[in-house]
Parts: sequence; structure tokens; C-alpha cells
Amino acid sequence: MKRITIFMLLLVLTAALAFAGSQQESEPEAAAMSDGPQMGGVLVFARSGDSVGLDPGRETDGESFYGSRQIFDTLVEFKPGTTEVQGALAESWNVSADGLEFTFNLRPGVKFHDGTPFNADAVAFSFERQMDESHPYYDHGPWKYFGGMGMGGIIDEVVVVNDLTVKFVLTAPEAPFIANLAMDFAAIVSPTAVALYDEEFPSNPVGTGPFKLVSWTKDDSIVLEANKDYWGEGPYLDRLILRVIPDATARYLALKAGEVDLIDFPSAEDLELMAADPNIELIQQAGLNVGYIAMNLDKEPFGDVRVRQAMNYAINREEIIEGVYGSAGQVAKNPIPPTIWSYNDDIEPYPFDPDKARELLAEAGFPNGFSTDLWAMPVARPYNPNARRIAEIVQAQLADIGVEIEIVSYDWGTYLDKTDVGEHSMAMLGWTGDNGDPDNFIYLLLSADSAVPPAMNISFWRNEEFTNLTLEAKRVYDQDARAKLYEQAQVIFHEEAPWVPIAHSVVTVPVLNTVHGFVIYPTGSRVFQRVWIDQ
Amino acid sequence: MIRYILRRLLLLIPTLLGVLTIVFFMVALSPGDPARVMLGERASPAQLETIRAELGLDRPLGEQYLNYIFRAVRLDFGRSIKTGRPVMQEIRELFPATVELALVAMVIATSLGILIGVLSAVKQNTWLDYTSMVGALTGVSMPVFWLGLVLIMIFSVGLGWFPTGGRIEVRLFFEPITRLFLIDGLIVWIRDGDSAYLQSAIRHIVLPAIALGTIPIAIIARTTRSSMLETLRQDYVRTARSAGIPEKRVIFRYALKNALLPVITVIGVQFGLLLAGAILTETIFAWPGIGRWIYTAISARDYPAVQAGVAVVSTVFVLINLIVDILYSVVNPKIRLQ
Repeated sequence: MKRITIFMLLLVLTAALAFAGSQQESEPEAAAMSDGPQMGGVLVFARSGDSVGLDPGRETDGESFYGSRQIFDTLVEFKPGTTEVQGALAESWNVSADGLEFTFNLRPGVKFHDGTPFNADAVAFSFERQMDESHPYYDHGPWKYFGGMGMGGIIDEVVVVNDLTVKFVLTAPEAPFIANLAMDFAAIVSPTAVALYDEEFPSNPVGTGPFKLVSWTKDDSIVLEANKDYWGEGPYLDRLILRVIPDATARYLALKAGEVDLIDFPSAEDLELMAADPNIELIQQAGLNVGYIAMNLDKEPFGDVRVRQAMNYAINREEIIEGVYGSAGQVAKNPIPPTIWSYNDDIEPYPFDPDKARELLAEAGFPNGFSTDLWAMPVARPYNPNARRIAEIVQAQLADIGVEIEIVSYDWGTYLDKTDVGEHSMAMLGWTGDNGDPDNFIYLLLSADSAVPPAMNISFWRNEEFTNLTLEAKRVYDQDARAKLYEQAQVIFHEEAPWVPIAHSVVTVPVLNTVHGFVIYPTGSRVFQRVWIDQ
Repeated sequence: MIRYILRRLLLLIPTLLGVLTIVFFMVALSPGDPARVMLGERASPAQLETIRAELGLDRPLGEQYLNYIFRAVRLDFGRSIKTGRPVMQEIRELFPATVELALVAMVIATSLGILIGVLSAVKQNTWLDYTSMVGALTGVSMPVFWLGLVLIMIFSVGLGWFPTGGRIEVRLFFEPITRLFLIDGLIVWIRDGDSAYLQSAIRHIVLPAIALGTIPIAIIARTTRSSMLETLRQDYVRTARSAGIPEKRVIFRYALKNALLPVITVIGVQFGLLLAGAILTETIFAWPGIGRWIYTAISARDYPAVQAGVAVVSTVFVLINLIVDILYSVVNPKIRLQ
């Protein structure tokens, strides 16, 4: 018995000693001097959940796209770190004078991982399976993203002009169309592989991308290997492993132990520790999202612009960022995040000014305030990590100007159903951009067209001037001209104040300092073709 | 005996029908439309309708139920709403991971739990007894979440003895055979003489098994202790002692064997609980098992996955109970199974 106790004691002591010892050992290694990308190596990317499927047309979740983005290419792609579009599988394209025909010149000599040649037929196949109900593989859907972006209504037909030329005929001019083609759902799939694997294609994806699928262990890891015949830059890695580690702190510990090279969704509490760790580098960028409080204009008293402005003066956004987002958020003043072109930085945000708010309320006929409801989402979203907490802060802030808030919440599905039809007076919601085009925020979330139940515009703000600007911006193809229209629209939005914009979250990706060339894409993609590690 | 087992197996059918029915209605009547949960912020009414029709949610509840039962009897739970893959296939991939983890955790918990329980019963009211029982109380009360992270911090990050999570080193690119990685590792070792996989599998299972086994250790230790204390007071033990039989033999051959009956029940129940209750351990240690899978399925309102998952876990639970009952008669031949 005694021996056991002594043994246990020794064990604990050794553990404690070794623990202390290893703390000292982890001195920063001299950064490897390097002149350029080095070939080879295996990179492990730890993320919070598994991909649902790897057919980019079928899926809607980010985890699925993390996988499919490595395997597939799109006709056009976003320049690294921006929302600007450049050629990918299409080398160039031109638009007809009436804005109805996009003709793409495809990259010659590209092959899918299964050896199938990439050509105009493959392009037509990839789109027709999502839009043509008589297509043999249409039933592989539902094609949720294709439908969600309204592509069925935008594309009239896809015409194969010749082997390396394909033409998209649109039903009406739609400037954001080109950005839609850079999205994951618009990836080009191997027609041979779809026919071969049929319903099992989402587990056996075949594209033209920088990596090929080797194996997929459910809820554990996806192993990819370099496509040696890749047409573009890279890949430099031999293999890329996407590993699932659901708990944020466990992900951080795995990074610290050197078991993984790069992690997703770090927890706010661990960020400080990581910032202090010489072996870890934090890569940050403002996310492509906005979290807001929408005021329902169909509910009294929010039809009055003075009341809406008063809310904007009375809510202290800094306090919300500090209390809820920490370093993972920045104050929002516009409906689009600063990473999107046409962001109007000349707009002066409403300052925190309760006196001004009271004054406006008095003018509007509410000198003693009023009672209303504020809806808080039950789930954490990228744009709003804790709606309930924000609601409580807002409740306290508005109480100060005499506005009494009742906080309302439902399960997520019901919440969306009820806000869609405008049962709320004030509701929190947000949006994560799809294609990096301002249209995807401004038209979708705020135009009068979107204020029809089930509505995306849950303020039910129907401003004709604003809506006309957004419609015109769809028809004009010159980006500078479009940017002017959106800048103007943001001014109207600011004056009319249908929302209290709250925050844009900041995306942080912690990496080991042996990892180089990793860039955060505003659209949320994780791209590894240009990433390399010290050998 | 064989007739008894057969009858118990037959009883499994109504039990499972009951479970399936309860699961169906619990899922069907809980709030939250799966189509809505699936599509989130970007749902259009047309899409919602398509998906509801596809899932059969637009049909009357009674029809949905009958449909479900008829298919469940044929072990066809359909395809997962989320992934579109057959749910039974996903369960086949994930369940072995949980079984392996729960088995190792139970082996640790049973051996340590019985040892501690016997020792503290024999040395009742000594410092050893007090320490073990305080330890047991701590073990029961310790949140697995916290314990898991502390184990990782000390033994993975600090000492570097064990990996922080996963079932096997991903850089080994292991191709599973039986999906019980300890067995697979052994097979590869015997077949190819390469022990790297087995070593990696063992290193990976140690910490999660300890984390998962902590509560059962404590419960088994406490049950063993009280049962042993009672047995040690029995007349036949006194007789054995007075007959001059060595104390060790009295304790292990005479007392423990009789004291084990309630302990076996507890072990059976605990093992069953571990199979579905490993969610936290699976989450912390990134262990791709069925607990986390069912949990995710519930949050996503993935009806077929929830139904199949609960059905499989319940079946195993009932089977374990059966094995426990059979073990009774092995340990104590006085109990006849009828």
C-alpha cells in the first residue's frame, strides 16, 4: 500500500516538474530564413466541424466549402484577400452590349483529377444539373445555394459555343452575376465522376483543383494530396489534412503542442495567450458580415424616422463591442463591411448621445418614452456571438431614455419564420456575405423588393429612392459607376436609419510560425494552394 | 439457459418498438422545422416547400409514423437530412470508435474501481478509506469537460506524453480495417511487423479513456465498498476466518465473489451510459464517435439520424442488460435464470 502511495506521489511530482520544465524549453526557434516557397510537407488544419458533403453545388455550410474549395475550381475567382474577381478556369470573358450575354474563354489543357478533360461541356453540365429539372442529375440536389442566389431566375441558358468557349445568356442585366460565378456552388465538376459515383459523388468529389481527395474519415479528418498537374500556382504542400477538433480550447492546445499547424474559430479567451506565444502568429481580417438590430417600420412607433434615429443615438455600440465581441469585433456604421468595395467611409456614425435621443423622441411625441419588444436570436452566429447578452445591454441603455424593452426569443427555425413575416418590433439579425458584391447586402437586405414576406428586409423599410439606386446598380457593369450608386444608397440608409448597425466580426486564424503564405479570404474560403511550410 | 436468452431476445422487439415510437414522437413534436434549420437565413419559400416534401414532412403524422416503423424494422432509417448519406452507414463508421473508447474506459474503471472499493472496505475507517472515498466523491463531481482539458494541459501540452486528441496520428494515414483501432493496429503489427499504428492508437486512447472512466471508477468503488462491508459481516466469512483460511483468500475468494453482484449491475448500467453519454469526452478529445454525432443530429433536426442513433444505442443498452443478467448466474450459481 505504501509503495503505491509513494509511487503516486512521485508520479505527480514528476508530472509537475516536467510540466514546469517544458515551459522553459519552448524558447522561440530562430525563424527559418527563406527566399521563397518551399515544396513539400504535410499541413494539418484543425477546424470545428466536419464537412457535410463535398459536392459544392449541394452544400451550404462553410465546413463543406473548406473541403470542396481545395478540390474544385470556379470559372472566376477572388483575388487573394479581396472581393475582386479575376479569371480562373476561364482565362477571359466579355459581355455583350445589351449586358445579356457573358462569353467565357476557357483555359486549355486542364484536366479533372480523373483525367476527364475540362471543357465547355463540363461547364454546361455543372450548371445545368442545378437549373434544368430534366437533367439526369438534377435530383442530386436540392441545389440550395444556386436557388438562394436566385440563379435560376438570372440564367436563361448556358450555351456551348465550342470546346473552349461557353456563353451564359441572362434573363436581364445582372452585374453581380460575375461575382456569383466565383462562389463555391458555381464550381465545375467532372461529368464523368458524377455519372460514375452518382448519389455518392459528395463523398467522392472530382474537380480540377489544387488538391485531390485521398480519404475522408467521418467527423475526424479529410486527407488531400497535391494535384501535381495543377494549372495555377502551387500547390506547395504534399498533403493537406483537414482535422475536426470540436472544442475551441482543445484546438488551441493542439496548436500549442504542434500537432496541428493552423486552427479555425479560436475562442476569444485563448486569443491573448496565443498573441503572447512566440510560436504562434495571428492572422486577422474584418469578416464579410454585419450584425444589426432591425426596426420594423410597420410597427408603431418605428414608422417615424425620428424614433429610429433616436435608437441610433441611444445605443452605445462601443459598450456592446467591448462586452460581447472583445477583440473579435468592430463597430458597424454601414450595412456593408469595410472589406467590400463601395464601403462609404465618409459617413459619420451616430454618436452615443442620450440627450439627443430624448430630444428626438419628444419631437416624435414620446417625451416619456414607450414600451416595445426586442428579439434576440437563440444561436451564436459569426456576426453576433451572443444576441441575448447584447439584448440585455441594449435594454439597459434604452431604459435610460425611457424606452422599455421586453426581450423575446424563440428556437432558431421559429425565430426566422416569425421575423420573416414581421411579428417583431425590433429584432436582431445579421448576414454573412456570399459573393463579396455590395448587392448581396444592400439590395438583398434593404430594398423594397426584399420587404415582401417572407422577407429578407425585416425592417420592412420601403424606400423608393434607395431601391431604385440598388436596381440601377444591378444593370450597370462598370464597377466605379456601381460603387458611386452604392455609396449614395448608404447615405440614404444612414439618414433613414431602418437599422441600428451593431458590428462586423473580425476573423482570426492562428497559425504556427512555420506556416507561410496563408491569406484570409473575405468570403470565408480557406485557400491552401499558395501555402507552404518550413522544411 | 438458452431458452432464457432466446426469450429475452424476443422481448427486445416490443422494447425497441416502444423506443422507436417514443423517439419518433419526441422528434416530430419538438419545435423547430428541420427544413428551416437546414436553410437558415437564406431560405426561400419554394425551397422550404421542396425540402419539406422531400423529407415527407408535408404528409400526415400517422402516415409518417407507419412509414418510419415499416422501414425501421428493415433497418432502413433512410438518408441523413444533412449529409444525404444512409444513416446506418454513418453509424457503422462512428459507433466502433465509441465502443472502443467505452470498453477501454470500463476496463480501467472496473479494475481500479473494484480494487479501490475492496481496499477501503478491508481498511474501513483508516486514512486509506477516507482518502479513497473523498477521491471517489471528487471523481463523481468533477466535470468531464474540465478534467479533460486539465489532462490535456498536463500530459499533452506540458509533458508531451500523449496527443491532445483524435484516434490515431493523422499523418500516419491509417486505413481502418475493423474500425476498432486497437485491434486494427494489432492486425497491422502481426501482418506487417509495423507497430507504429498500434502504439499511436494506444497513446491516443489513454487520456479520453481516463476522462471517461473517472465517474464510473468512483461509482464502482463506492458500490464495491458498501457491498464488501456487508459481505464481510456475514457469518460465513467469520467461519472462514475462524477456520484459519488466509485473510487474502477470505477476501478475494469468499467475500468479493459474493459482493460482486450489485457491482456487476452498476458496471452494466455505467457501460450503457458511456455509449451515449460520451458526448463531452468525444468533444474535448476530438474523438469521432456516436455521442457527438447524435448531439449534432439533434441540433440540426436531422430526424433520420436521431431516430437511427437512438435506436442503435437503445438496442445495445438492452443487450448489455441481458449480458449482465447472464453474468449473475455465472458469478452466483444459486441464481437460476428462468
